[in-house]
Amino acid sequence: MDATLRVMNLTKSFGNFTAVNNISFSAAQGEVVGFLGPNGAGKSTTMKMIAGFLTPTSGTAYVGGYDISEQPLDAKRMLGYLPEGAPCYPDMTVKQFLSFIADIRGLSKAQKEQRFNEVVNQINLQSVLYQRIETLSKGFKRRVGLAQALIHDPCVLILDEPTDGLDPNQKREVRKLIANMAKDKVIILSTHILEEVEAVCDRVVVVAAGSIILDSTPEDLVRAAPQKTTIAALEEIFISMEVA
Amino acid sequence: MKNIWILCKRELSSYFATPIAYVFIVVFLLISSLATYYIGNFFARGQADLVPFFSFHPWLYMLFVPAISMRLWSEERKSGTIELLFTLPITAWEAICGKYLAALIFTALALSLTCPLWIAVNYLGSPDNGVILASYIGSLLMAGGFLAIGAAISALTKNQVIAFVLTLIACLALNLLGFPVFVDQLRAVAPGLLIDTISSFSFLTNFDTISRGLLDVRSMIYFATLIIVCLFANAVIIEAKKAD
Repeated sequence: MDATLRVMNLTKSFGNFTAVNNISFSAAQGEVVGFLGPNGAGKSTTMKMIAGFLTPTSGTAYVGGYDISEQPLDAKRMLGYLPEGAPCYPDMTVKQFLSFIADIRGLSKAQKEQRFNEVVNQINLQSVLYQRIETLSKGFKRRVGLAQALIHDPCVLILDEPTDGLDPNQKREVRKLIANMAKDKVIILSTHILEEVEAVCDRVVVVAAGSIILDSTPEDLVRAAPQKTTIAALEEIFISMEVA
Repeated sequence: MKNIWILCKRELSSYFATPIAYVFIVVFLLISSLATYYIGNFFARGQADLVPFFSFHPWLYMLFVPAISMRLWSEERKSGTIELLFTLPITAWEAICGKYLAALIFTALALSLTCPLWIAVNYLGSPDNGVILASYIGSLLMAGGFLAIGAAISALTKNQVIAFVLTLIACLALNLLGFPVFVDQLRAVAPGLLIDTISSFSFLTNFDTISRGLLDVRSMIYFATLIIVCLFANAVIIEAKKAD
């Protein structure tokens, strides 16, 4: 298992509009990369391309060593992906849904049972296992989406706004979960909550208008502006983007 | 193959997740029986066969198939689960075949539940059961043609109602092209060869021989080609529009 992610000159255009413009970065095992930027900056589009949903206009990415354009199935096997809004099949129960994902991910019966129990415990889904997903609260739906992304224990994890719509306690739990998993994975998460970056990320990639404008660590941000906290430094970057 | 079956099972279970499937089957059985008895004069004809039953199938499917196929892709696009589906390690073909197969199995189930009619006709007389079996196979093949059209149209839109109406119109057109009253009108304005060619593409024309128990090779090829072409169109539409 090769827990690496390499994004090379990824570009996506819709007609005349370039949503993602020549983005390159890479991440190694153990890194939690915070993908940060205003709405419409191209965060989700980038993630959709890495996850194999959108075909890049040019450039490519390597997930766990597999080229997403050349070996899409192998790349997808290495990857866990939580799409924005955590869509799940509403008419299935949580158990049915996770079982479906485990089957399609090719887990054996024993693996499936073991991972199912682990993930359900990690994410606290015991109380809703036999409920239909459409009847769940927003927080639980998000957690089911997270469980789906983790069921096959992927080495690269892409989470599009994993804590959106959660209450403060749930947010803390999800962040703890991410921090606990970080050791043997690459985790990319998008957010526009600055506290989250400070809490879980050891690297910040700021995207604006489709390009990377900053690739740094929270510590370096503070070092560059010693009188400020990470959040203040990031806030400043955001404000400067709006002016530009 | 395994993935197709997993996807097919999921799709089938979502048909039965709501009472709509049961309502659908009951209404299908009611209407097909009523048409056989009242319009088809099942008893008054005094013949032990199922011709009056099968001859209504093109019209019956025109109404029922759009209801089965409408949700296949439009629901997936509306709820955003299409993003989940296409970031799983499956090919687009597996998804398309799995969904199509589920719709076909559901239709086959509804069709097989009309067997009391077959029992009745065997009780009342001694029909040619080979002919009846051939008609059932032909009928399912025709339903497959309608379903493939419906699946492709469902991929065009997020709205199930639009998918239903468009599929209904497409099926109506394919029926009318071979409907004698309609075709005779056309004959007055266009050359006979053209009309014959066009009406040879009609479901009615191709089903006519099948409903009398003759599995005509040309008609079988017609339906098989139609299914393959529509599933191919389905793949093209999904690839082009999945992210809309």
